[in-house]
Amino acid sequence: MEQNNQVIDNVIIKFAGDSGDGMQLTGTQFTNTAALFGNDLSTFPDFPAEIRAPQGTIPGVSGYQLHFGSVSIFTPGDECDVLVAMNAAALKANMRFLKKGGTIIANTDGFDPKNLRLANYADGANPILDGSLEGYRLVTMDVTKMTRSALSESGLGIKEIDRAKNMFVLGFLYWMYNRDMSATEKFLTEKFGKKPDILDANLKVLRSGYNFGETSETAATRYTVNPAPMPAGVYRNIMGNQATAMGLIAASQKCGLDMFLGSYPITPATDILHELAKYKNFGVRTYQAEDEIAAICSAIGASFGGKLAVTTSSGPGIALKTEAMGLALMLELPLVIINVQRGGPSTGLPTKTEQSDLFQAIYGRNGEAPIPVIAARSAADCFDTVFEACRLALEFMTPVIFLSDGYIANGSEPWRFPKADQLKEIKVNFTTENNNDGKYLPYKRDEKLSRPWAIPGTKGLEHRIGGLEKQHETGNISYDPENHEFMVKMRAAKVAKIADFVPNQTLDNGAEKGKLLILGWGSTYGPIKGAVIEARKKGYDVSHAHIRHLFPFPKNLGEMIKNFDQVLIPEMNTGQLLSIVRDKFLVDAIGLNKVKGMPFATGEILNKIEELLK
Amino acid sequence: METIQSPESPKLTSKDLVTDQEVRWCPGCGDYSILKQVQTVVPELDIPRENLVFISGIGCSSRFPYYMETFGMHSIHGRATAIASGLKGARPDLSVWIISGDGDSLSIGGNHFIHLLRRNFNVNLLMFNNEIYGLTKGQYSPTSEEGKITKSTPMGSVDHPFNPLALALGAEGSFIARSMDRDPVHLKDMLRRANAHIGTSFVEIYQNCNVFNDGTFEIFTEKSSKKEQTIFVENGKPLVYGQNADKGIKLDGFTPVIVNLSDGHSANDLWIHDEKDLVKAGILSRFFERPAEGSGHLPRPFGVFYENNRSCYEVGLNQQVEEAIAKKGKGNLDALLSGRETWEIK
Ligand SMILES: Cc1ncc(C[n+]2csc(CCOP(=O)(O)OP(=O)(O)O)c2C)c(N)n1
Ligand code: SF4
Ligand SMILES: [Mg+2]
Repeated sequence: MEQNNQVIDNVIIKFAGDSGDGMQLTGTQFTNTAALFGNDLSTFPDFPAEIRAPQGTIPGVSGYQLHFGSVSIFTPGDECDVLVAMNAAALKANMRFLKKGGTIIANTDGFDPKNLRLANYADGANPILDGSLEGYRLVTMDVTKMTRSALSESGLGIKEIDRAKNMFVLGFLYWMYNRDMSATEKFLTEKFGKKPDILDANLKVLRSGYNFGETSETAATRYTVNPAPMPAGVYRNIMGNQATAMGLIAASQKCGLDMFLGSYPITPATDILHELAKYKNFGVRTYQAEDEIAAICSAIGASFGGKLAVTTSSGPGIALKTEAMGLALMLELPLVIINVQRGGPSTGLPTKTEQSDLFQAIYGRNGEAPIPVIAARSAADCFDTVFEACRLALEFMTPVIFLSDGYIANGSEPWRFPKADQLKEIKVNFTTENNNDGKYLPYKRDEKLSRPWAIPGTKGLEHRIGGLEKQHETGNISYDPENHEFMVKMRAAKVAKIADFVPNQTLDNGAEKGKLLILGWGSTYGPIKGAVIEARKKGYDVSHAHIRHLFPFPKNLGEMIKNFDQVLIPEMNTGQLLSIVRDKFLVDAIGLNKVKGMPFATGEILNKIEELLK
Repeated sequence: METIQSPESPKLTSKDLVTDQEVRWCPGCGDYSILKQVQTVVPELDIPRENLVFISGIGCSSRFPYYMETFGMHSIHGRATAIASGLKGARPDLSVWIISGDGDSLSIGGNHFIHLLRRNFNVNLLMFNNEIYGLTKGQYSPTSEEGKITKSTPMGSVDHPFNPLALALGAEGSFIARSMDRDPVHLKDMLRRANAHIGTSFVEIYQNCNVFNDGTFEIFTEKSSKKEQTIFVENGKPLVYGQNADKGIKLDGFTPVIVNLSDGHSANDLWIHDEKDLVKAGILSRFFERPAEGSGHLPRPFGVFYENNRSCYEVGLNQQVEEAIAKKGKGNLDALLSGRETWEIK
């Protein structure tokens, strides 16, 4: 039949189904295909909190949102244009994220009485039949039935056949968006190469889905989304946790020290451990400790031994590491502490995102315990930011906290990755000679106020360090009141000095002076960027600066802020950076706060800009 | 732990291991003797001084590294075991010694303690057991006897103590020994054995805290009672003890019984100590009755209860790195960064 072909500049698809329906795989396959085609994109998976929530229920729904386009894409998108609902629960859980008039692709088999009941629809109600979805474009197909008939002669059991259902949907979407299926075909061939019957089944169902689009009359419109104009270069797709792992390996290579990771599994940080465990041939040693305390302590031991030491966790685990962070700070040993933030407090919302551990990072220790804090703003930015964290730790002999969060950890975006030789070397000089008339002073400081690093095995430099207050230079235990105050100030001065060695804060968008500055940190980057671009198009005088170095701040930040009439700080917490900025710069900054376990929608920020500048 | 040879360095002496720091334990504290024995034994081990690392937690005992002219770290309460694990994992070439107290190892650090033993890092763990919290001025500890009256338990402690050696055996420890501060010869011997063992060598050292728990181990350490109340086990030798070496232990099934050698029992009938026998080590570790008045109870054993060679964590950890390199070649950063699928925008 005759089909429409419409060119559009961006589209947001949400794949939703039961956690057993393979929606994450479907989403990532579509993403890869879009990326290879040259679209800009951003993704966000939305996992259920329970691994095996009861099938067919709302807690069991797993989602994957993809935003891709021929224009620059900054976020996975606020509301989706297309919702793929494999069952009734998936529809019910996601209707509120679908744009008015959006498209629903529903698997009719997932709307049988049992599924409707499990999704808590009223008796007799069936949204795909009863007209309640009026105003939306509804495309229905019995995915289960068509998958089964495509594979009726495959000889596979019904369970295995049903497992290929997601390929039908994927094939259909490939048809709908005019996509080449070869990347997915290649992926399937690699994945199931050893199981030819399963491979054939998946390929066959994928093509059936595509052909269904071609022949059926349900969905008459196809869409073309052209490649996006992106800076020239070679790209790959990358998720935040992956980028973090790679940034660590890159730093390890660039400083010439093997990496030691001490970690204890916790969502959403675990994938960094998984990822690093694969790269032992880079000299990476991963150690799954008995708890977070042992994880950080093992890293401290490795750091004492002269390795690039790292520990990864999320809020509850970071809380357990607190005492040892203080030890690392007293020892003045390099250590990278990674917090992939999630909703808190306590166990909170493990699979949801939040930025509520900023206070914990900056203030959360006993005593005067300054530790540098830096945060990544996007999935790909995790690479550069964690690399910077390693540099600071090694060059300043200090623990450094790197903040990421669930949103960018699991989200993905195209990444114009660097060449290894474009990355800066990180200088590490182990001390091998006495530094004071035949004596070794472990706490003698250099121009950065950093101390020497003499590792065990270095002849003649035997020395003891510890958590008790130590005398200036000698490092011997000291209870002298003057010395204690001196050392407290010295440790603070050393961390403050880092500001001399980090880039000045730059503006991401807008003029240097004006009516409104939006100041952000971490994963709010995408939504703020999108909103500021929109607002500027509409003629609003608004600028955007995004802070990587949260403690200490870049030296020019105060000056920058003073050039604006108003400062707005959007955060996924109740106002943590806000209160730090107000405290530090005595500026009447305004907060825009959201603690729903969900990232900001661009629209939410745009509305606030309009409200402030009206 | 094994010995790391270094033929070219001049021989260390005890004096080389003394630091310029004033030793701050209470006069008469058992810690002094332990320090002395360690400083005496270590030079015999032919380990270059720069390869020695002493790591401690917090407690009186944990002040130890400050007095050893080696690399050292006085860390945080209970975590020396965890820190030492990371250090040994990262640097298998070092000779790592952990110094800890009964509170440090068995209370706050209990978790790391059992996991260290299970993983069997090749380190030495010396636990100074004074059955009290010394540094915090005398609260009962997880090894204090039931009913212990201290400042935190004026009516007596309610909880039942750990049997540290039984705990260590349960945690799959590969070397388990007990000694005491007041028997320098035996203690030195245990330190040598601990060093020689490849794997985690756990030595519980009875240590007198003469300020907060004076005399707890007196019955085992004083000349007048030592011979009747203790038994020093040696591999391949029968379990004989007593004032005139006139008593022995025989196994009746799984039950140890005391026999009088002057009653016609011969040493041939006795339990012969076998360090490799886990079941017997378990029984031996259960010789743990509080010495009651009168006789009839089993003596408290000292010596190496159990030794067994099994693989060490750091060996596996580092082998996997080597295997991965052998299999995949040394990591190529460019290949890692580009991953499997890339596209070019011109
Ligand atoms: C996190 C923490 N909790 C509590 C303390 C206080 N504290 C220091 S040492 C100690 C107990 C020490 O007992 P033990 O390990 O038996 O060592 P000893 O002093 O008897 O040698 C306690 C409770 C501490 N330093 N750190
Ligand atoms: S308090 Fe006890 S254990 Fe601590 S130094 Fe004094 S005597 Fe030794
Ligand atoms: Mg004690």
